Amino acid sequence: MKLLTHNMLTSHVKGVTKGYPLLIKATEVKVNEVEFNPQFVSRMIPKLEWGALVQAAEELGHRQDLPGELVQDYEKNEDFLKKVHRVLLEVEVIEGCLQCPESGREFPISKGIPNMLLNEDEV
Amino acid sequence: MDASEENNVKAVRRSKEEKKLLRKQIKASHTLLKHEGIHTTPQLTRSLVVANGGLGNSVSREELSAALKEMGEVESLLMPHHKPYAFVTYRCEESALKAYTHLNGQKLQYGESGVMLYLAYVNSVTYEEEASVPLPEGLVLLEDFVSPEEEALLLAAVDWSSTNEDVTAQKALKHRRVKHYGFEFRYDNNNVDKDKPLPAGIPAECLPVLERCLRNGQINVMPDQLTVNQYESGQGIPPHVDTHSAFEDTILSLSLGAKTVMEFRHPDGRVVAVVLPGRSLLVMKSESRYLWTHGITPRKFDMVPACEQQSPDHVTPEPGTRSNLTLSKRGTRTSFTFRKIRPEPCRCAFPSACDSQGAPSTLSPSTPSPPALPCCHADAARLEEEYVHRVYDAIASHFSSTRHSPWPRVCHFLSSLPPGSVLADVGCGNGKYLGVNPEMIAVGCDRSSALVQICAERGFHAFVSDALNVPLRTASCDACISIAVIHHFSTEERRLAAMRELVRLLKPGGHALIYVWAFEQEYNKQRSKYLKDHNKEHNGKENLTKSTSEDRREPHGKSAIQNSGHLEEGYEPVGKVTDGKLSVHTNRTAFNTQDILVPWHLKEGKKPGEEESGDGVKRNKRKEKSKKVLTNQTRTDSNPGLSPGFDASMSPGLRLDTDDATHSPGSKPSPSGTTQTSSSHLKSESESHLTAVFHRYYHVFHQGELEQLCSQVDGVKVQSSYHDQGNWCVILEKD
Repeated sequence: MKLLTHNMLTSHVKGVTKGYPLLIKATEVKVNEVEFNPQFVSRMIPKLEWGALVQAAEELGHRQDLPGELVQDYEKNEDFLKKVHRVLLEVEVIEGCLQCPESGREFPISKGIPNMLLNEDEV
Repeated sequence: MDASEENNVKAVRRSKEEKKLLRKQIKASHTLLKHEGIHTTPQLTRSLVVANGGLGNSVSREELSAALKEMGEVESLLMPHHKPYAFVTYRCEESALKAYTHLNGQKLQYGESGVMLYLAYVNSVTYEEEASVPLPEGLVLLEDFVSPEEEALLLAAVDWSSTNEDVTAQKALKHRRVKHYGFEFRYDNNNVDKDKPLPAGIPAECLPVLERCLRNGQINVMPDQLTVNQYESGQGIPPHVDTHSAFEDTILSLSLGAKTVMEFRHPDGRVVAVVLPGRSLLVMKSESRYLWTHGITPRKFDMVPACEQQSPDHVTPEPGTRSNLTLSKRGTRTSFTFRKIRPEPCRCAFPSACDSQGAPSTLSPSTPSPPALPCCHADAARLEEEYVHRVYDAIASHFSSTRHSPWPRVCHFLSSLPPGSVLADVGCGNGKYLGVNPEMIAVGCDRSSALVQICAERGFHAFVSDALNVPLRTASCDACISIAVIHHFSTEERRLAAMRELVRLLKPGGHALIYVWAFEQEYNKQRSKYLKDHNKEHNGKENLTKSTSEDRREPHGKSAIQNSGHLEEGYEPVGKVTDGKLSVHTNRTAFNTQDILVPWHLKEGKKPGEEESGDGVKRNKRKEKSKKVLTNQTRTDSNPGLSPGFDASMSPGLRLDTDDATHSPGSKPSPSGTTQTSSSHLKSESESHLTAVFHRYYHVFHQGELEQLCSQVDGVKVQSSYHDQGNWCVILEKD
């Protein structure tokens, strides 16, 4: 699971009102190099929950020096875009779990894939 | 049947322009006829071929006959099955000339539509006559067994308004009315409670009829149980054998009201369709009662032998040929089935179908009992778990290997999204759409972790989730796609919930594209690739079908409706067989009910065997594959009975008519050894691998059903909808 996916995921356990962002408990994290496309990254940024991304990067020890608030004019800031690129697309959780911040329900991540299926009593 | 008295042909005076058009059309129709192997002649003869005047164009015998008779005395009118033409022979050449002069290029009006008729002389009327098949052993049909007066009396004897409150299983039958006397027949266990007779015995009105049966020797003991079934047009009953342990040998079935066609199927694949006219008595004994299943396919029209009572001399229906067929619209039919409760276990000579002798007591003794349509949420979830989720997990890699090419119109949708759009593919399968537009931020999810694993290996963003509870933020997506997913939900409520969930993910102004498999595999006179491939691959199968056919028979799963080119309107066999189990679809045939199980023949570690249902769009590999199949086919045909591994139980009537059959171990060298050399290139593919058959549940959508579902979702409107190769598709826009 890359942090791009994490940024979009939310807990959907029945009754949970604040299921976002999911906490990451990683036991295996990998960094794979992915081709950098500054335009793609800058288009992606406005679609993100910035705070959640920074928090996730922090949890995995990959925050670098990303600011807590989104910077202005990032489109032209290649250095910044590269850092975003790295946390969004290169850092990958291979094993571990995602935890619902409200209910504590854990969703396993195995072989890089989060399993978000709920049990019958959770829907 | 009443022949229409009026002249249906409207003469139209033509302009030069129209004449030119007409000539072109005639030429075209001649070309068509040449392809059909019909040789026309410019010489005046008594016989004409009437192009477009065929059952295949949904022209009924009555309509055509009425128009032809206007021109003179008709000696014979042959209407070949499924064909878009007919042959007429007049008593004299003058009449033929008159017909040629007056009817050629004229419109035959029927109902709200019409067809242009083109006539040409033929030297002889030839077409292949098909051998007739005798009735199942032990089956006797007695026509006009009761008088119209008795019929009225019997029908009046059934009080539909009072349902037996004490009856337990009646509510299961939603699509035909049923009433029991003497003993209740319970559909939950397909048996009777012999110790619990009903308060109402067989109505007294039936006694004269039953006494007549006793006197005539149709029965030798008085029945004590009566089941009255009432079928509206379009309703039917799934194939079944009446439970052996419940009833004695002879079963009487009295048909009242409209006629219908009952299909009898032998476990060896023979199918015999029997027309049951109103006021006829069907006596089922011995093999026909114990071994053959009988059922009524739910549809609105039947193809039946023509009988023209008004002019028996002119048009003589010849039993044993299929040419004298016509379409018969079904009306309401009420059947009285009289049976005698069996006090002792059955000791018939057909143990394979005998529950007393260890065979399972199911509706179709030859089939492992398929599930019923769910009636509650938990049932639905269980059905989908077993018949969707587990299947996809099991077949994931084989399935994925058959899913290379994205469908063009889905790609078009994806490519039209602005760069940087966030896309969720809910039910992404192996992720074939996740990489279509690399400018997008695409995430996919699927219920099958095995399929999501494939996405991950391809470097796509994907996770495992259910389409009813997608763990994505509300209003986070610019676009969502749901391709061939929602048809796997087994109740309308769940299909709607899946759609609502998809819409929840969209931002205001965002778009969703939804594809579901269509009931209508033929649309705008175009057969979907799903069906077409059947033809391509099954050319050789005609023989097999014919060999078991008889005049009144319609092959199971491919009735007149489904085979003909132009019969779609009003002919859909609507409604589902609801009192029983889900039916198993025969791959690459038209659907005859909406809720079905679609077989997937899994070949371990092998190349594509079958294309996805709903996956109408051609893949590159397709051609190569068809070729193999054809070769393969030759072989299968030569040895129809010996297809090891083919799940013969699921469709006894047409077991070789499934696409998959040709890919199943049926393609292994057959024991007869006749064919091994004919397809050496197949060897590598077919040699060693065993096939497992999996059944996936589908609800195929009727035209308009998808839009109707969308209209129930708030805050969204249908931007466009279309039919794409056997799928119904909508593009939604969120407000």
